[in-house]
Amino acid sequence: MTETQAQPAQQQTAEGAAETLQNLTLAKSLNNGLRAAMEADPKVLVMGEDVGKLGGVFRITDGLQKDFGEHRVMDTPLAESGIIGAAVGLAMRGYRPVCEIQFDGFVFPGFDQIISQVAKITYRSQGAWSMPLTVRIPYGGGIGAVEHHAESPEAFFCHIAGIKVVACSNAHDAYWMIQQAIASNDPVIFFEPKRRYWEKSKVDTANKPDTTFSTVVRRPGDQVTLIGYGATMPVALAAADAAAAEGISAEVLDLRTLSPLDLDPVLESVRHTGRAVVITEAPREGSLASEVAARISEEAFHSLAAPVQRVTGFDTPYPPSKLEEEYLPDLDKVLFAVDRALSY
Amino acid sequence: MAADPPVGQAPAETAPTVGPRPPDAAPGADGADGVDVGAQAAADRNPADEHMARGLRATSNSPDLIQLLSPEGVFTPHPDFPLEVTADLLKGLYRDLVLVRRFDREGNALQRQGQLSIWVPLLGQEAAQIGSGRALRPQDFAFPSYREHGVAWCRGVDPTELLGIFRGTDHSGWDPVAARFHDYTIVIGNQALNGAGYAMGQAFDGKVGSGDPDTDEATIVYFGDGGTAQGDIHEGMVFAAAFDAPVVFYCQNNQWAISEPIEKMTRVPLYKRAAGYGMPGFRVDGNDVLACLAVTRWALDECRSGNGPVMIEAFTYRMDAHTTSDDPTRYRLADETEHWKLLDPIERVRAYLAREGLADKEFFDFVQAEADQLADRFRTFAVAMPVPTHERIFANVYTDPNPQVQRQQQEFDEYLAGFDSEAGQ
Repeated sequence: MTETQAQPAQQQTAEGAAETLQNLTLAKSLNNGLRAAMEADPKVLVMGEDVGKLGGVFRITDGLQKDFGEHRVMDTPLAESGIIGAAVGLAMRGYRPVCEIQFDGFVFPGFDQIISQVAKITYRSQGAWSMPLTVRIPYGGGIGAVEHHAESPEAFFCHIAGIKVVACSNAHDAYWMIQQAIASNDPVIFFEPKRRYWEKSKVDTANKPDTTFSTVVRRPGDQVTLIGYGATMPVALAAADAAAAEGISAEVLDLRTLSPLDLDPVLESVRHTGRAVVITEAPREGSLASEVAARISEEAFHSLAAPVQRVTGFDTPYPPSKLEEEYLPDLDKVLFAVDRALSY
Repeated sequence: MAADPPVGQAPAETAPTVGPRPPDAAPGADGADGVDVGAQAAADRNPADEHMARGLRATSNSPDLIQLLSPEGVFTPHPDFPLEVTADLLKGLYRDLVLVRRFDREGNALQRQGQLSIWVPLLGQEAAQIGSGRALRPQDFAFPSYREHGVAWCRGVDPTELLGIFRGTDHSGWDPVAARFHDYTIVIGNQALNGAGYAMGQAFDGKVGSGDPDTDEATIVYFGDGGTAQGDIHEGMVFAAAFDAPVVFYCQNNQWAISEPIEKMTRVPLYKRAAGYGMPGFRVDGNDVLACLAVTRWALDECRSGNGPVMIEAFTYRMDAHTTSDDPTRYRLADETEHWKLLDPIERVRAYLAREGLADKEFFDFVQAEADQLADRFRTFAVAMPVPTHERIFANVYTDPNPQVQRQQQEFDEYLAGFDSEAGQ
């Protein structure tokens, strides 16, 4: 999947597309995607803390309990290990649970269930069980929140064999990716960039994509490849705009699926540009940016004109929110990395 | 008021909703007939399909509710939990309650005005926190959740030291060792295990059972009704019991875990879970500061003397939102909040002081003025708080110097200096 997909397929028949394109927030689009999945399959369940009457603290499940009932949209006791562990049992029983974890930093009581059971059951049982459950995690910083509400723990999950990890970055992808995650017979950790929840973009709800949501080129370019996902995509695109104003042509890639990585488009781009900058909000050591950088070095070494640059959080705990602007990757930090790559 | 339900009769979860008050029960709000009008009213509303009405049912109390001071301000001594009630004690507690409520309201206002990113209100839980907080001795140690501004007050933490968390300038703003008051714990339930371990250490250090009340120690762990669902709370109790740890597990049951009513967490009254861990459990009227003080003091002394752990369920109500980010009108009825207003933790103390002639208008005015001064100081401090420098990001990640963190800080310093030199050109 190497064609450029800046946004949904607007190039399709003009009138037909116009009818199906909606300008929606990422949050509303997720809500619509969940609704579509629940309508398509009566075995799809939504479960988590405050997902029922409240509609979730971010309102992603707003209205679902009212329309699908308390047995399909369940307010659970306040226990993440309980939510995920019980979802495992429900999945064994033929359901497709969609678990909501309220904030990134709260997933860890459930981490044991994910790493010990969710990820290993298919392997252990030699395929006797599949584990079609989805764990939705609002993640990332930039919302001025207190501790444990702004983390980017995706690398922990990418390190676990047996689960897929994805991150959506815009409303259109959110709508389809959540449905693909729920339809998957393998477990999916679904990262939602919470500070992008209220950003609007065009969503094509009519034309179901026939490919999985792997790496996509968001903006073509020639001199440097900017690689991001989820919350960092607007940063990467803004940096590409700013670079263009300085006469630098940057190609922007959205990984979308973090595990397993879809590397071919990345390698193809880097072979073309010769330079790569990988962007993540997570701490640098052992991050997904490190993995992408290593794979580029392994497989496109001779195309590289400069070492792969990483723009990441620091190797510290997430700081108090008044300092998060300093901590997070931003346009200046990305441009700084672009300059370093170009001047190497 | 006449049509509102009395407190202290039929238990919500197990006993018939209508019936005579058991002879050993604490006096009810009305001191009258013992009919649980509230539960009947809830039944009349056909609550089966309605979460909010189920929440309303939780306003009924168990016959085991320990209450010393009724909502009308009538004091009745409790045979098991004696308390010498003096004018000074009452006036001191009244002052605590009023001051804590005042700065809590100021916290809400500051958030609404954009001065804080969030505030976690304690409104309605003042007595549960002041009563238990004042039961602590200086050598005791408290592990809060994140709503325990009243306990912080009792531990000598200045209210302004709470602000860093909510203004986003820091993750914790006081010295937990000096205050013997742990940092706020945001991940639900984590602190139960930490408190159990701390109490194990107190016992290992021989600070339990010497008979000297000035040196024997105890620990108290605060958590909520929602937290009781977490494995960490369960494990904390298991560990404390296994090691006879001197720890009081103090659950403020404020009836709501954000939008989820207590019925989502438990089939039995929470204090009854204590028996399963082999520890005594009590349900205290969490809006009665005297009952909270007497029972917690007793429990801490039990722990101090080597008879811990103990569990206390303070039966109270979250009068405000979960946090300033929450909108409770989406999930609960105003009727329920109105009912709990009649059980206000401060008004009953005021009524008692006034009726018994223990305090005059001058006293009440003085406390109010002091509260307003505190709110002023709280606000002035909040709006003037400096943004920490970026060095804070890299500080205290480790106790030993860490080359990787140091290098990242150095690189960041150089990166920032680049902007300065650009600006200077």
